[in-house]
Amino acid sequence: MSILKVENLKKSFGKTEVLKDVSFEMNEGEVVSIIGSSGSGKTTFLRCINFLEKADAGKITLGDEMIFDGSWQKSLSAKEIREKQLKFGFVFQQFNLFPQYNVLENVTLAPKLLAKEKPDFKQNKHEIYNEIEDNALSLLKQSGLLDKVSNYPCELSGGQQQRVAIARALALNPKIMLFDEPTSALDPELTNEVLRIIKSLADKDMTMIIVTHEMSFARQVSDRIIFMDNGVIAEQGKPEDIFTSPKTERLQSFLSNIIKM
Amino acid sequence: MSIFATVTLSLFEGLWVTFKIFGLTLLMALPLGLIISFGSMSKFAIIKWPIKTLIWIIRGTPLMLQLIVFGFGPGLIGINGMNTFVAVMIAFVLNYACYFSEIFRGGIEGIPKGQYEAGAVLGMTKSQVFFKIILMQVVKRIIPPMSNEFLTLVKDTSLANTIMIYEITWNAKRFMNSEHILWPLFYSGVFYLAFCGILTLIFGYIEKKLDYYKG
Ligand SMILES: Nc1ncnc2c1ncn2[C@@H]1O[C@H](COP(=O)(O)OP(=O)(O)OP(=O)(O)O)[C@@H](O)[C@H]1O
Ligand SMILES: [Mg+2]
Repeated sequence: MSILKVENLKKSFGKTEVLKDVSFEMNEGEVVSIIGSSGSGKTTFLRCINFLEKADAGKITLGDEMIFDGSWQKSLSAKEIREKQLKFGFVFQQFNLFPQYNVLENVTLAPKLLAKEKPDFKQNKHEIYNEIEDNALSLLKQSGLLDKVSNYPCELSGGQQQRVAIARALALNPKIMLFDEPTSALDPELTNEVLRIIKSLADKDMTMIIVTHEMSFARQVSDRIIFMDNGVIAEQGKPEDIFTSPKTERLQSFLSNIIKM
Repeated sequence: MSIFATVTLSLFEGLWVTFKIFGLTLLMALPLGLIISFGSMSKFAIIKWPIKTLIWIIRGTPLMLQLIVFGFGPGLIGINGMNTFVAVMIAFVLNYACYFSEIFRGGIEGIPKGQYEAGAVLGMTKSQVFFKIILMQVVKRIIPPMSNEFLTLVKDTSLANTIMIYEITWNAKRFMNSEHILWPLFYSGVFYLAFCGILTLIFGYIEKKLDYYKG
Protein backbone atom coordinates (compact mmCIF):
# COMPACT_ATOMS: atom_id res chain seq x y z
CA MET A 1 0.00 0.00 0.00
CA SER A 2 1.27 3.46 -0.68
CA ILE A 3 2.40 5.24 2.45
CA LEU A 4 2.94 8.64 0.88
CA LYS A 5 1.15 10.10 -2.07
CA VAL A 6 1.83 13.54 -3.49
CA GLU A 7 -0.45 14.87 -6.19
CA ASN A 8 0.15 17.89 -8.40
CA LEU A 9 2.25 19.75 -5.89
CA LYS A 10 3.07 23.34 -6.80
CA LYS A 11 5.20 25.92 -5.09
CA SER A 12 6.47 29.34 -6.11
CA PHE A 13 8.67 31.84 -4.35
CA GLY A 14 7.46 35.17 -5.61
CA LYS A 15 7.57 34.87 -9.39
CA THR A 16 9.90 31.86 -9.43
CA GLU A 17 8.00 28.65 -9.98
CA VAL A 18 10.07 26.11 -8.09
CA LEU A 19 7.77 23.10 -8.12
CA LYS A 20 5.60 22.76 -11.21
CA ASP A 21 3.10 20.02 -10.72
CA VAL A 22 5.00 17.23 -8.95
CA SER A 23 3.22 13.91 -8.41
CA PHE A 24 4.81 11.04 -6.59
CA GLU A 25 3.92 7.95 -4.67
CA MET A 26 5.91 5.61 -2.46
CA ASN A 27 5.35 2.39 -0.58
CA GLU A 28 6.11 1.52 2.97
CA GLY A 29 9.72 0.41 3.37
CA GLU A 30 10.74 1.93 0.07
CA VAL A 31 13.92 3.98 -0.28
CA VAL A 32 13.71 6.72 -2.86
CA SER A 33 16.63 8.94 -3.78
CA ILE A 34 16.17 12.28 -5.45
CA ILE A 35 18.92 13.53 -7.71
CA GLY A 36 19.08 16.57 -9.93
CA SER A 37 21.05 19.70 -10.53
CA SER A 38 21.26 22.61 -8.15
CA GLY A 39 18.12 24.70 -8.05
CA SER A 40 15.91 22.00 -9.53
CA GLY A 41 13.63 22.05 -6.47
CA LYS A 42 14.74 18.98 -4.51
CA THR A 43 15.01 20.72 -1.17
CA THR A 44 11.78 22.61 -1.73
CA PHE A 45 10.01 19.34 -2.47
CA LEU A 46 11.18 17.77 0.80
CA ARG A 47 10.32 20.89 2.76
CA CYS A 48 6.81 21.02 1.33
CA ILE A 49 6.21 17.41 2.30
CA ASN A 50 6.88 18.08 5.97
CA PHE A 51 5.44 21.61 6.18
CA LEU A 52 8.65 23.58 6.49
CA GLU A 53 7.21 25.28 3.43
CA LYS A 54 3.57 25.55 2.59
CA ALA A 55 2.86 24.37 -0.93
CA ASP A 56 0.60 26.54 -3.09
CA ALA A 57 -1.44 23.72 -4.55
CA GLY A 58 -1.71 19.95 -4.64
CA LYS A 59 -2.49 17.16 -2.23
CA ILE A 60 -0.39 15.11 0.15
CA THR A 61 -1.71 11.87 1.64
CA LEU A 62 0.08 9.94 4.35
CA GLY A 63 -1.24 6.41 4.77
CA ASP A 64 -4.96 6.96 4.55
CA GLU A 65 -4.90 10.45 5.95
CA MET A 66 -4.93 13.52 3.76
CA ILE A 67 -2.39 15.80 5.42
CA PHE A 68 -2.40 18.63 2.93
CA ASP A 69 -4.76 19.92 0.32
CA GLY A 70 -4.03 23.22 -1.38
CA SER A 71 -7.75 23.77 -1.90
CA TRP A 72 -8.57 23.66 1.82
CA GLN A 73 -10.27 26.90 2.78
CA LYS A 74 -8.90 26.95 6.29
CA SER A 75 -5.20 26.50 6.83
CA LEU A 76 -4.14 24.00 9.45
CA SER A 77 -3.63 25.08 13.04
CA ALA A 78 -0.12 25.10 14.48
CA LYS A 79 -1.03 22.04 16.53
CA GLU A 80 -2.24 20.11 13.50
CA ILE A 81 0.90 20.97 11.57
CA ARG A 82 2.99 19.82 14.51
CA GLU A 83 1.22 16.47 14.63
CA LYS A 84 1.78 15.95 10.93
CA GLN A 85 5.42 17.00 11.07
CA LEU A 86 5.99 14.33 13.69
CA LYS A 87 5.23 11.63 11.14
CA PHE A 88 8.43 12.66 9.37
CA GLY A 89 12.01 12.70 10.53
CA PHE A 90 14.01 15.42 8.83
CA VAL A 91 17.79 15.50 8.52
CA PHE A 92 19.35 18.76 7.40
CA GLN A 93 22.45 19.33 5.35
CA GLN A 94 23.81 21.53 8.15
CA PHE A 95 22.89 19.12 10.99
CA ASN A 96 21.32 21.93 13.08
CA LEU A 97 22.13 20.36 16.41
CA PHE A 98 21.35 22.46 19.46
CA PRO A 99 24.77 23.78 20.55
CA GLN A 100 23.92 24.30 24.22
CA TYR A 101 22.86 20.70 24.78
CA ASN A 102 25.09 17.65 24.87
CA VAL A 103 24.58 14.72 22.55
CA LEU A 104 22.18 12.84 24.78
CA GLU A 105 20.16 15.97 25.53
CA ASN A 106 19.93 16.76 21.83
CA VAL A 107 18.32 13.39 21.27
CA THR A 108 16.04 13.40 24.32
CA LEU A 109 14.89 17.03 24.31
CA ALA A 110 11.98 16.69 21.90
CA PRO A 111 10.73 13.31 23.17
CA LYS A 112 10.75 14.65 26.73
CA LEU A 113 8.79 17.74 25.77
CA LEU A 114 6.35 15.61 23.88
CA ALA A 115 5.95 13.22 26.80
CA LYS A 116 4.55 16.07 28.87
CA GLU A 117 1.42 15.89 26.77
CA LYS A 118 0.78 12.29 27.83
CA PRO A 119 -2.12 11.92 30.28
CA ASP A 120 -0.11 9.72 32.65
CA PHE A 121 2.98 11.98 32.59
CA LYS A 122 2.58 13.25 36.16
CA GLN A 123 2.38 9.80 37.77
CA ASN A 124 4.97 8.08 35.62
CA LYS A 125 7.41 10.88 34.90
CA HIS A 126 10.42 8.86 36.03
CA GLU A 127 9.62 5.75 34.03
CA ILE A 128 8.76 7.80 30.96
CA TYR A 129 12.02 9.77 31.13
CA ASN A 130 14.03 6.61 31.75
CA GLU A 131 12.45 4.96 28.77
CA ILE A 132 13.24 7.98 26.58
CA GLU A 133 16.85 7.97 27.72
CA ASP A 134 17.25 4.23 27.20
CA ASN A 135 15.84 4.57 23.72
CA ALA A 136 18.18 7.49 22.97
CA LEU A 137 21.16 5.56 24.26
CA SER A 138 20.33 2.56 22.13
CA LEU A 139 20.01 4.78 19.05
CA LEU A 140 23.33 6.43 19.84
CA LYS A 141 24.88 3.04 20.34
CA GLN A 142 23.75 1.97 16.89
CA SER A 143 25.40 5.13 15.55
CA GLY A 144 28.61 4.29 17.37
CA LEU A 145 28.39 7.37 19.57
CA LEU A 146 28.04 5.87 22.99
CA ASP A 147 31.34 7.37 24.12
CA LYS A 148 30.17 10.86 23.05
CA VAL A 149 26.86 11.12 24.89
CA SER A 150 28.03 13.89 27.19
CA ASN A 151 29.99 15.84 24.59
CA TYR A 152 28.69 19.05 23.06
CA PRO A 153 28.15 19.40 19.31
CA CYS A 154 31.12 21.77 18.98
CA GLU A 155 33.33 18.95 20.22
CA LEU A 156 32.25 16.54 17.46
CA SER A 157 33.32 16.07 13.86
CA GLY A 158 30.79 16.85 11.14
CA GLY A 159 30.17 13.16 10.56
CA GLN A 160 29.51 12.58 14.24
CA GLN A 161 27.20 15.60 14.37
CA GLN A 162 25.20 14.30 11.46
CA ARG A 163 24.92 10.87 13.09
CA VAL A 164 23.58 12.56 16.22
CA ALA A 165 21.10 14.46 14.06
CA ILE A 166 19.90 11.19 12.56
CA ALA A 167 19.52 9.63 16.01
CA ARG A 168 17.64 12.73 17.14
CA ALA A 169 15.17 12.38 14.28
CA LEU A 170 14.74 8.63 14.86
CA ALA A 171 14.03 9.13 18.56
CA LEU A 172 10.53 10.32 17.67
CA ASN A 173 9.71 7.14 15.74
CA PRO A 174 8.87 8.81 12.45
CA LYS A 175 7.08 6.89 9.74
CA ILE A 176 9.22 8.37 7.00
CA MET A 177 12.74 9.77 7.13
CA LEU A 178 13.62 12.69 4.89
CA PHE A 179 17.27 13.47 4.23
CA ASP A 180 18.34 16.68 2.50
CA GLU A 181 21.87 16.14 1.25
CA PRO A 182 22.98 14.64 4.55
CA THR A 183 26.64 14.42 3.53
CA SER A 184 27.10 17.56 1.45
CA ALA A 185 28.54 19.58 4.32
CA LEU A 186 31.03 16.86 5.21
CA ASP A 187 34.64 16.26 4.32
CA PRO A 188 34.84 13.32 1.90
CA GLU A 189 36.44 11.03 4.45
CA LEU A 190 33.49 11.56 6.82
CA THR A 191 30.67 10.82 4.40
CA ASN A 192 30.93 7.06 4.65
CA GLU A 193 30.20 6.87 8.35
CA VAL A 194 26.96 8.75 7.74
CA LEU A 195 26.03 6.80 4.64
CA ARG A 196 26.59 3.57 6.58
CA ILE A 197 23.98 4.62 9.13
CA ILE A 198 21.49 5.46 6.39
CA LYS A 199 22.22 2.13 4.72
CA SER A 200 21.55 0.30 7.98
CA LEU A 201 18.18 2.06 8.20
CA ALA A 202 17.40 0.92 4.68
CA ASP A 203 18.24 -2.62 5.70
CA LYS A 204 15.71 -2.29 8.50
CA ASP A 205 13.05 -1.29 5.97
CA MET A 206 12.79 2.31 7.05
CA THR A 207 10.82 4.34 4.53
CA MET A 208 13.14 7.09 3.31
CA ILE A 209 13.47 9.90 0.81
CA ILE A 210 17.07 10.93 0.31
CA VAL A 211 18.15 13.99 -1.64
CA THR A 212 21.76 13.34 -2.51
CA HIS A 213 24.64 14.05 -4.82
CA GLU A 214 26.30 10.75 -3.87
CA MET A 215 25.43 8.80 -6.99
CA SER A 216 27.07 5.52 -6.11
CA PHE A 217 25.40 5.58 -2.72
CA ALA A 218 22.03 6.36 -4.28
CA ARG A 219 22.48 3.50 -6.65
CA GLN A 220 23.40 1.11 -3.89
CA VAL A 221 20.76 1.98 -1.32
CA SER A 222 17.69 3.02 -3.31
CA ASP A 223 14.76 1.06 -4.60
CA ARG A 224 13.97 3.91 -6.92
CA ILE A 225 15.67 7.03 -8.20
CA ILE A 226 13.89 10.23 -9.04
CA PHE A 227 15.53 12.76 -11.29
CA MET A 228 14.22 16.27 -10.74
CA ASP A 229 14.79 18.92 -13.31
CA ASN A 230 13.51 22.45 -13.30
CA GLY A 231 10.68 21.82 -10.87
CA VAL A 232 9.35 18.58 -12.32
CA ILE A 233 10.13 14.89 -12.00
CA ALA A 234 11.80 14.43 -15.34
CA GLU A 235 12.50 10.75 -15.02
CA GLN A 236 12.27 7.99 -12.45
CA GLY A 237 12.98 4.31 -12.23
CA LYS A 238 15.10 1.54 -10.81
CA PRO A 239 18.69 2.55 -10.06
CA GLU A 240 20.12 0.27 -12.79
CA ASP A 241 17.87 1.77 -15.43
CA ILE A 242 18.45 5.34 -14.37
CA PHE A 243 22.21 5.06 -14.27
CA THR A 244 22.82 2.69 -17.17
CA SER A 245 20.10 3.60 -19.63
CA PRO A 246 18.75 7.08 -18.94
CA LYS A 247 15.95 7.89 -21.33
CA THR A 248 15.68 11.67 -21.28
CA GLU A 249 18.33 13.89 -22.71
CA ARG A 250 18.35 16.01 -19.55
CA LEU A 251 19.24 13.04 -17.36
CA GLN A 252 21.85 11.87 -19.82
CA SER A 253 23.59 15.22 -19.76
CA PHE A 254 23.23 15.50 -15.95
CA LEU A 255 24.87 12.10 -15.47
CA SER A 256 27.62 12.71 -17.98
CA ASN A 257 28.42 16.03 -16.29
CA ILE A 258 28.73 14.29 -12.95
CA ILE A 259 30.96 11.57 -14.32
CA LYS A 260 33.19 14.20 -15.93
CA MET A 261 33.61 15.80 -12.49
CA MET B 1 31.22 62.90 63.91
CA SER B 2 34.11 63.62 61.58
CA ILE B 3 33.25 65.17 58.24
CA PHE B 4 34.63 62.07 56.50
CA ALA B 5 32.22 59.84 58.39
CA THR B 6 29.35 62.18 57.68
CA VAL B 7 30.12 62.20 53.98
CA THR B 8 30.54 58.41 53.88
CA LEU B 9 27.25 57.87 55.62
CA SER B 10 25.55 60.27 53.28
CA LEU B 11 27.00 58.59 50.21
CA PHE B 12 25.81 55.22 51.50
CA GLU B 13 22.32 56.66 51.78
CA GLY B 14 22.68 57.74 48.16
CA LEU B 15 24.01 54.33 47.22
CA TRP B 16 20.79 52.77 48.43
CA VAL B 17 18.78 55.02 46.11
CA THR B 18 21.17 54.24 43.27
CA PHE B 19 20.67 50.54 43.95
CA LYS B 20 16.92 51.01 43.85
CA ILE B 21 17.00 52.80 40.50
CA PHE B 22 19.42 50.24 39.10
CA GLY B 23 17.53 47.18 40.34
CA LEU B 24 14.04 48.37 39.48
CA THR B 25 15.15 49.52 36.04
CA LEU B 26 16.59 46.10 35.23
CA LEU B 27 13.62 44.29 36.70
CA MET B 28 11.22 46.13 34.43
CA ALA B 29 13.32 47.08 31.42
CA LEU B 30 14.56 43.56 30.67
CA PRO B 31 11.13 41.99 30.10
CA LEU B 32 9.79 45.17 28.52
CA GLY B 33 12.82 45.23 26.22
CA LEU B 34 12.08 41.67 25.12
CA ILE B 35 8.50 42.64 24.33
CA ILE B 36 9.63 45.76 22.45
CA SER B 37 12.12 43.67 20.48
CA PHE B 38 9.31 41.34 19.40
CA GLY B 39 7.33 44.40 18.38
CA SER B 40 10.19 45.77 16.33
CA MET B 41 10.47 42.43 14.50
CA SER B 42 6.73 42.10 13.96
CA LYS B 43 5.38 41.18 10.55
CA PHE B 44 2.62 43.73 11.06
CA ALA B 45 3.56 47.25 10.00
CA ILE B 46 1.01 48.70 12.40
CA ILE B 47 2.98 47.27 15.33
CA LYS B 48 6.45 47.47 13.89
CA TRP B 49 6.61 51.11 12.83
CA PRO B 50 5.25 52.76 15.99
CA ILE B 51 7.72 50.65 17.99
CA LYS B 52 10.59 51.55 15.68
CA THR B 53 9.64 55.23 16.02
CA LEU B 54 9.58 54.96 19.80
CA ILE B 55 13.03 53.36 19.78
CA TRP B 56 14.30 56.09 17.50
CA ILE B 57 13.00 58.87 19.75
CA ILE B 58 14.25 57.31 22.96
CA ARG B 59 17.67 56.48 21.60
CA GLY B 60 17.89 59.75 19.72
CA THR B 61 17.43 62.10 22.69
CA PRO B 62 19.45 62.50 25.88
CA LEU B 63 18.31 60.53 28.89
CA MET B 64 18.71 63.75 30.87
CA LEU B 65 16.09 65.39 28.67
CA GLN B 66 13.77 62.41 29.07
CA LEU B 67 14.14 62.67 32.83
CA ILE B 68 13.14 66.30 32.68
CA VAL B 69 10.19 65.54 30.41
CA PHE B 70 8.84 62.87 32.74
CA GLY B 71 9.84 64.79 35.87
CA PHE B 72 8.37 68.19 35.02
CA GLY B 73 6.16 67.41 32.01
CA PRO B 74 3.15 66.22 34.00
CA GLY B 75 3.14 69.41 36.09
CA LEU B 76 3.22 71.55 32.95
CA ILE B 77 0.07 69.93 31.58
CA GLY B 78 -1.70 70.25 34.91
CA ILE B 79 -1.09 66.81 36.42
CA ASN B 80 0.26 67.58 39.83
CA GLY B 81 1.53 65.44 42.65
CA MET B 82 3.20 62.80 40.54
CA ASN B 83 5.91 61.20 42.59
CA THR B 84 9.34 62.24 41.27
CA PHE B 85 10.73 58.80 41.86
CA VAL B 86 8.00 57.30 39.69
CA ALA B 87 8.91 59.78 36.96
CA VAL B 88 12.54 58.75 37.19
CA MET B 89 11.61 55.10 36.95
CA ILE B 90 9.43 55.66 33.88
CA ALA B 91 12.25 57.49 32.13
CA PHE B 92 14.89 54.92 33.03
CA VAL B 93 12.75 51.88 32.26
CA LEU B 94 11.62 53.23 28.90
CA ASN B 95 15.13 54.34 27.96
CA TYR B 96 16.82 51.09 28.91
CA ALA B 97 14.04 48.91 27.52
CA CYS B 98 14.64 50.50 24.12
CA TYR B 99 18.38 49.90 24.27
CA PHE B 100 17.87 46.35 25.54
CA SER B 101 15.33 45.68 22.81
CA GLU B 102 17.90 46.42 20.14
CA ILE B 103 20.37 44.09 21.81
CA PHE B 104 17.72 41.37 22.05
CA ARG B 105 16.77 41.92 18.42
CA GLY B 106 20.36 41.56 17.31
CA GLY B 107 20.73 38.43 19.40
CA ILE B 108 17.50 36.86 18.19
CA GLU B 109 18.08 37.68 14.53
CA GLY B 110 21.57 36.27 14.77
CA ILE B 111 20.31 32.77 15.55
CA PRO B 112 20.34 30.70 12.37
CA LYS B 113 16.98 29.78 10.87
CA GLY B 114 18.04 26.15 11.03
CA GLN B 115 17.69 26.17 14.82
CA TYR B 116 14.00 27.12 14.56
CA GLU B 117 13.44 24.58 11.81
CA ALA B 118 15.19 21.82 13.72
CA GLY B 119 12.85 22.50 16.63
CA ALA B 120 9.81 22.58 14.36
CA VAL B 121 10.55 19.28 12.63
CA LEU B 122 10.96 17.70 16.06
CA GLY B 123 7.39 18.64 16.89
CA MET B 124 8.14 21.47 19.30
CA THR B 125 5.71 24.32 19.72
CA LYS B 126 6.77 27.88 18.91
CA SER B 127 7.17 28.70 22.57
CA GLN B 128 9.13 25.53 23.29
CA VAL B 129 11.46 26.40 20.42
CA PHE B 130 11.94 29.89 21.82
CA PHE B 131 12.41 29.01 25.46
CA LYS B 132 14.23 25.66 25.12
CA ILE B 133 16.42 26.35 22.11
CA ILE B 134 16.67 29.98 21.11
CA LEU B 135 16.67 31.97 24.34
CA MET B 136 19.73 30.32 25.86
CA GLN B 137 21.71 30.96 22.69
CA VAL B 138 20.52 34.55 22.62
CA VAL B 139 21.60 35.02 26.24
CA LYS B 140 25.08 33.79 25.46
CA ARG B 141 25.38 36.13 22.51
CA ILE B 142 24.14 39.22 24.30
CA ILE B 143 26.15 38.93 27.50
CA PRO B 144 28.97 41.22 26.30
CA PRO B 145 26.73 44.06 25.02
CA MET B 146 24.47 43.64 28.05
CA SER B 147 27.35 43.99 30.47
CA ASN B 148 28.15 47.30 28.76
CA GLU B 149 24.59 48.49 29.23
CA PHE B 150 24.54 47.44 32.88
CA LEU B 151 27.69 49.43 33.59
CA THR B 152 26.31 52.44 31.74
CA LEU B 153 23.14 52.19 33.80
CA VAL B 154 25.11 52.31 37.04
CA LYS B 155 26.60 55.63 35.99
CA ASP B 156 23.43 56.93 34.36
CA THR B 157 21.63 56.70 37.69
CA SER B 158 23.58 59.83 38.60
CA LEU B 159 21.46 61.78 36.10
CA ALA B 160 18.51 61.36 38.43
CA ASN B 161 19.96 64.09 40.65
CA THR B 162 18.84 66.64 38.07
CA ILE B 163 15.25 66.12 39.15
CA MET B 164 15.95 65.96 42.85
CA ILE B 165 16.47 62.28 43.47
CA TYR B 166 18.90 61.87 46.32
CA GLU B 167 21.24 59.29 44.86
CA ILE B 168 25.02 59.16 45.31
CA THR B 169 25.96 62.14 43.17
CA TRP B 170 23.30 64.37 44.70
CA ASN B 171 24.58 63.51 48.15
CA ALA B 172 28.14 64.27 47.11
CA LYS B 173 27.22 67.57 45.50
CA ARG B 174 25.30 68.74 48.50
CA PHE B 175 28.56 69.13 50.46
CA MET B 176 29.80 71.47 47.80
CA ASN B 177 27.07 73.92 48.77
CA SER B 178 26.92 73.33 52.50
CA GLU B 179 30.60 72.77 53.36
CA HIS B 180 32.31 74.23 50.30
CA ILE B 181 34.31 71.07 49.75
CA LEU B 182 34.81 69.25 46.49
CA TRP B 183 36.38 65.96 47.55
CA PRO B 184 33.07 64.15 48.34
CA LEU B 185 32.41 64.22 44.59
CA PHE B 186 35.70 62.49 43.87
CA TYR B 187 35.04 60.15 46.74
CA SER B 188 31.68 59.24 45.20
CA GLY B 189 33.58 57.87 42.20
CA VAL B 190 34.84 55.10 44.47
CA PHE B 191 31.27 53.97 45.06
CA TYR B 192 30.56 53.76 41.32
CA LEU B 193 33.85 52.00 40.73
CA ALA B 194 33.14 49.40 43.37
CA PHE B 195 29.62 48.85 42.06
CA CYS B 196 30.87 48.41 38.49
CA GLY B 197 33.71 46.22 39.67
CA ILE B 198 31.30 43.79 41.28
CA LEU B 199 29.13 43.76 38.15
CA THR B 200 32.15 43.08 35.98
CA LEU B 201 33.06 40.13 38.17
CA ILE B 202 29.53 38.75 37.97
CA PHE B 203 29.45 39.09 34.19
CA GLY B 204 32.84 37.46 33.91
CA TYR B 205 31.53 34.56 35.94
CA ILE B 206 28.41 34.18 33.78
CA GLU B 207 30.44 34.37 30.60
CA LYS B 208 32.69 31.63 31.87
CA LYS B 209 29.71 29.53 32.90
CA LEU B 210 28.31 29.76 29.38
CA ASP B 211 31.67 29.01 27.82
CA TYR B 212 31.09 25.27 27.85
CA TYR B 213 29.83 25.37 24.28
CA LYS B 214 30.42 27.32 21.11
CA GLY B 215 27.88 28.50 18.58
N1 LIG C 1 12.92 30.68 0.61
C1 LIG C 1 13.15 30.90 -0.71
N2 LIG C 1 12.87 32.12 -1.23
C2 LIG C 1 13.07 32.36 -2.54
N3 LIG C 1 13.55 31.46 -3.42
C3 LIG C 1 13.84 30.25 -2.96
C4 LIG C 1 13.66 29.89 -1.58
N4 LIG C 1 14.04 28.61 -1.41
C5 LIG C 1 14.43 28.18 -2.62
N5 LIG C 1 14.32 29.14 -3.55
C6 LIG C 1 14.63 29.00 -4.98
O1 LIG C 1 13.99 27.85 -5.45
C7 LIG C 1 14.80 27.16 -6.38
C8 LIG C 1 14.92 25.72 -5.97
O2 LIG C 1 15.62 25.64 -4.75
P1 LIG C 1 15.91 24.29 -4.00
O3 LIG C 1 16.65 24.65 -2.78
O4 LIG C 1 14.67 23.52 -3.84
O5 LIG C 1 16.86 23.55 -5.04
P2 LIG C 1 17.70 22.23 -4.81
O6 LIG C 1 17.32 21.31 -5.92
O7 LIG C 1 17.57 21.71 -3.44
O8 LIG C 1 19.17 22.74 -5.09
P3 LIG C 1 20.55 22.31 -4.39
O9 LIG C 1 21.02 21.06 -5.07
O10 LIG C 1 21.46 23.45 -4.69
O11 LIG C 1 20.30 22.13 -2.93
C9 LIG C 1 16.11 27.91 -6.44
O12 LIG C 1 16.09 28.69 -7.60
C10 LIG C 1 16.11 28.76 -5.21
O13 LIG C 1 16.80 29.95 -5.45
MG1 LIG D 1 18.89 21.55 -1.80
